[in-house]
Amino acid sequence: MTSGRREDTRLPARWESSDPPSFSVERQSFRRRRLVDAACALPLIGMILWLLPLLWYRSEVPVSTSHALTYIFGIWVGLVLVAARLVRLLTLDRFTEAEPDGTDR
Amino acid sequence: MLAAIAISYVALLFGVAFFAERAAQRGRGRWLRTPLVYTLSLSIYCTAWTFYGAVGSAVRNGFEYLTIYLGPSLVMLGWWWILRKLVHIGRNQRITSVADLISSRYGKSNLLGIGVTILAVIGTTPYIALQLQSVTLSVEVFSHPETIPANSPRSTAFWVAVGLAVFTVIFGTRNLDANERHHGVVMAIAVEAVVKLMALMAVGGFVVWGLSGGVQETLSRIDESELGTWSVNNGRWVGLMMLSAAAFICLPRMFQVLVVENDNDAQLRMAAWAFPLYLMLMSLFIVPIAVVGLDLLPEGSNPDLFVLTLPLSQGQEGLAMLSFLGGFSSATSMVIVAAIALSTMVSNHIVMPVWLWWREGTASVSGDVRNVVLLSRRLSIAGVLLLGYLYYALSGGGTELAAIGLISFTGVSQVLPAMIGGIFWRGATRIGALAGLTIGFAIWMYTLYLPSFGPGIVLPESWFVAGPLGLGGLRPEALFGFRFDDNLMHATFWSLLGNTLAFVVASLFSDAAPLERLQGAQFVSAQRAGAGQRSRLQGSAQSEDLMVMTQRILGAAEAQALFLREARDQGGAGSLPAPTPEFLQRLERELAGSVGAATAHAMVSQIVGGAMVSVADLMAMADETAQMMEYSARLEAQSQELSRTAVELRRANEKLTRLSVQKDAFLSQISHELRTPMSSIRAFSEILRDNTTGLTQEEQNRYASIIQDEALRLTRLLDDLLDLSVLENGQVNLNLSEGLLEDVLDRAVSAALAEEATSGLRVMRHRINEQIRLNTDVERLSQVFINLISNARKYCDADDPELQIIVTRTRGRLMVDFVDNGTGVAPEARDVIFEKFARVSDQKAGGAGLGLAISRQIVTRLGGEITYLTDRSGGAFRVAMPFGQELAAQ
Repeated sequence: MTSGRREDTRLPARWESSDPPSFSVERQSFRRRRLVDAACALPLIGMILWLLPLLWYRSEVPVSTSHALTYIFGIWVGLVLVAARLVRLLTLDRFTEAEPDGTDR
Repeated sequence: MLAAIAISYVALLFGVAFFAERAAQRGRGRWLRTPLVYTLSLSIYCTAWTFYGAVGSAVRNGFEYLTIYLGPSLVMLGWWWILRKLVHIGRNQRITSVADLISSRYGKSNLLGIGVTILAVIGTTPYIALQLQSVTLSVEVFSHPETIPANSPRSTAFWVAVGLAVFTVIFGTRNLDANERHHGVVMAIAVEAVVKLMALMAVGGFVVWGLSGGVQETLSRIDESELGTWSVNNGRWVGLMMLSAAAFICLPRMFQVLVVENDNDAQLRMAAWAFPLYLMLMSLFIVPIAVVGLDLLPEGSNPDLFVLTLPLSQGQEGLAMLSFLGGFSSATSMVIVAAIALSTMVSNHIVMPVWLWWREGTASVSGDVRNVVLLSRRLSIAGVLLLGYLYYALSGGGTELAAIGLISFTGVSQVLPAMIGGIFWRGATRIGALAGLTIGFAIWMYTLYLPSFGPGIVLPESWFVAGPLGLGGLRPEALFGFRFDDNLMHATFWSLLGNTLAFVVASLFSDAAPLERLQGAQFVSAQRAGAGQRSRLQGSAQSEDLMVMTQRILGAAEAQALFLREARDQGGAGSLPAPTPEFLQRLERELAGSVGAATAHAMVSQIVGGAMVSVADLMAMADETAQMMEYSARLEAQSQELSRTAVELRRANEKLTRLSVQKDAFLSQISHELRTPMSSIRAFSEILRDNTTGLTQEEQNRYASIIQDEALRLTRLLDDLLDLSVLENGQVNLNLSEGLLEDVLDRAVSAALAEEATSGLRVMRHRINEQIRLNTDVERLSQVFINLISNARKYCDADDPELQIIVTRTRGRLMVDFVDNGTGVAPEARDVIFEKFARVSDQKAGGAGLGLAISRQIVTRLGGEITYLTDRSGGAFRVAMPFGQELAAQ
């Protein structure tokens, strides 16, 4: 009986104490989720791009090695640059450690 | 010359490792945990096989070598998917190896741990042999074959193996907790990573700008060479990319540096882009070196050694030496980490269980386990390296060894389904993992590993042609009759397919033990919990925190005494003991006495370990908390009951005190009451007896009638007392008869007012309501009414006293209220007026105080109740009676 009464008095107090999520926080977490999306998409994009050589195998017009290597290494450099940029943005985000993730999965 | 440089390089590595260990011990090891060091330590992926072999592979198979780097690059770029989770799990669960990961995910099953360990040993041993071979080959390049004794290659490999074993034992088993980072080893590996990258870049730069004359020229030279057009088998392009990606996570040595040595998320975030960059740089100059090597070196020279022979052939001794050191670094760093990873697995999952089982009978094993673990790790390291050397020596260092790299990749990749399933799928079970690993391992052994020794060596030659027992569908290189272009892809496809299918199907059809389910839930939802860094406070800071906490729990004096005692036992100078395991255990026990075992464990490990509390701890804690909550709830209920009882007791006590006062007052009253008639009876009877003065007849009669009156009064008093005691004992017999309520009231009013006709009490009645026929003890009821009316007569203190008798009927109940217009009964007296001998005041001492007590007894006997109505202005009593239908008149 007493515990019920205690709960009644405590619950609203707890609700009052937590601030309503402000607009800026919401926007930041939205931005962060998009960054995470990009980080997740990056390896898939890289894989698809690196699967292009499948079309070169025994193609009628042989693909020259210099061309092929330029393509593959170009993608490599591009992916590294994008990944570094994404990691930097994610690190700058104040909520990197605090906010639980996985909401987008 | 070569030996001197190699030895001084090794000495440098020892120095680096030693310096790093010292720095870490003194708590100045922040720079050891920087993301850059972590990223560089990942470079053990690039072994001598890739350092030298990539060029050879490019010459033999075209651009296939790229896939070995592309796969891991994709894994690193996709760190958010898998690696982040693995690293978190590794940190939170204190995972020490791949085998440990699989075993703890599936309910800490040691069988799985042993299985993965065996798989890892079988898969890694040839790989170590390969490293030894590459070092031997590179040494041979520098030497002149004719001056070397025939057994020299073997001895080179042997001494390299011994040196590596010594290094690994010294820096790899320094501390017992495998989750303590191997700072020295990691630092040495990072240095080696820089050396091998520099070496390869230097050779590449020399080839591109020194030999070919620029980037454009190099590219056109490539196009003109026999590697001029793209020619990679599609199946192998995709398959090898996947395979290397899988192996990147599953290889024991990669798991060691990726997960076990990981300290914080920042390391992984940097490695996510920096390691692909490293791999890109490592593979950038492979094709130019291959092409130029083919151009400049004589026909038939080993392309695996172009990195070394090309600078040598151009007279670049220094560059060749750097290249040698690069290859040496690649080989040694891989072997060191692989030995550490394997020794941890072998010692934790095979040696220790066996030892504990063997020692089970003997008492008190807890004291020396630490030394046993260290010893078993050291022996395991030596054993692993010995196995590698034996494999190299027995296989003869032929070209078969070069193929072992990818075969080993396929073998360790069998862990992948259980690992990925384990961290993403809660439904994955121990049986499933066991089935998948067994099937995958068996298919890999049968279709790839054993055939790799060549037909007729392990598997009979006839099996390759017609299949075992003539079953064509079971030919090792063409399962189910499907013959692939190459055995590697064939085995990879079937083993991983069988593995995954068995894993999924067995998981779906099997049930998980509770511990397994808990572990599963923890692993799958690992990221959500505790992403924070582990705070590794060192030495005195820890002890201070422990001290503060202990003081809070045990009290200052006792805590200080305990710590001082421990410090003296440890033989230290200060007053704070070092946080050794023994001390922590004792402290935990001390604290457990106060806060419970689980809580004590959690508190201590929070300060010392900073690790997540394990499920078992949490459950025990929850149990304790629940018990305590239940206990406190019970206490609360009990105390409430007690306070209620106390209030009741206090009330009862007050009542008793009042009653006792009343009783005393009554006793004096009744003795007075009895005494007054008695004394007058005695006096008058004495007068009559001593009739000497000659009383007249009239006087005699008067005296006699006084005596009689007084005697009657005494009799009445005694009657009342007797009546009450009879009623209270329940010995009364009711004399049921029918009568009108009006008649009963008439009789009562006249009887009550008869004695004193001039009392002036006006009685107001509503006779119309009183036409109710009752079937009850009419005599007794009228006695009650008489009592109430005479009470009103006696106690109503209004100037113009009047009494209302109100009769109401509700369903099944008859209520007769007697309401006067006086001041009524005082509130404090209300609950005693129905008690015996209770009299409100002494001012109008009319009766003995038994009237209401008798009335209550009578009404209770008649099945009703009599109450005092508090909501009226004057004195008001209500007699409520049950009243059946058959009693209704009219």
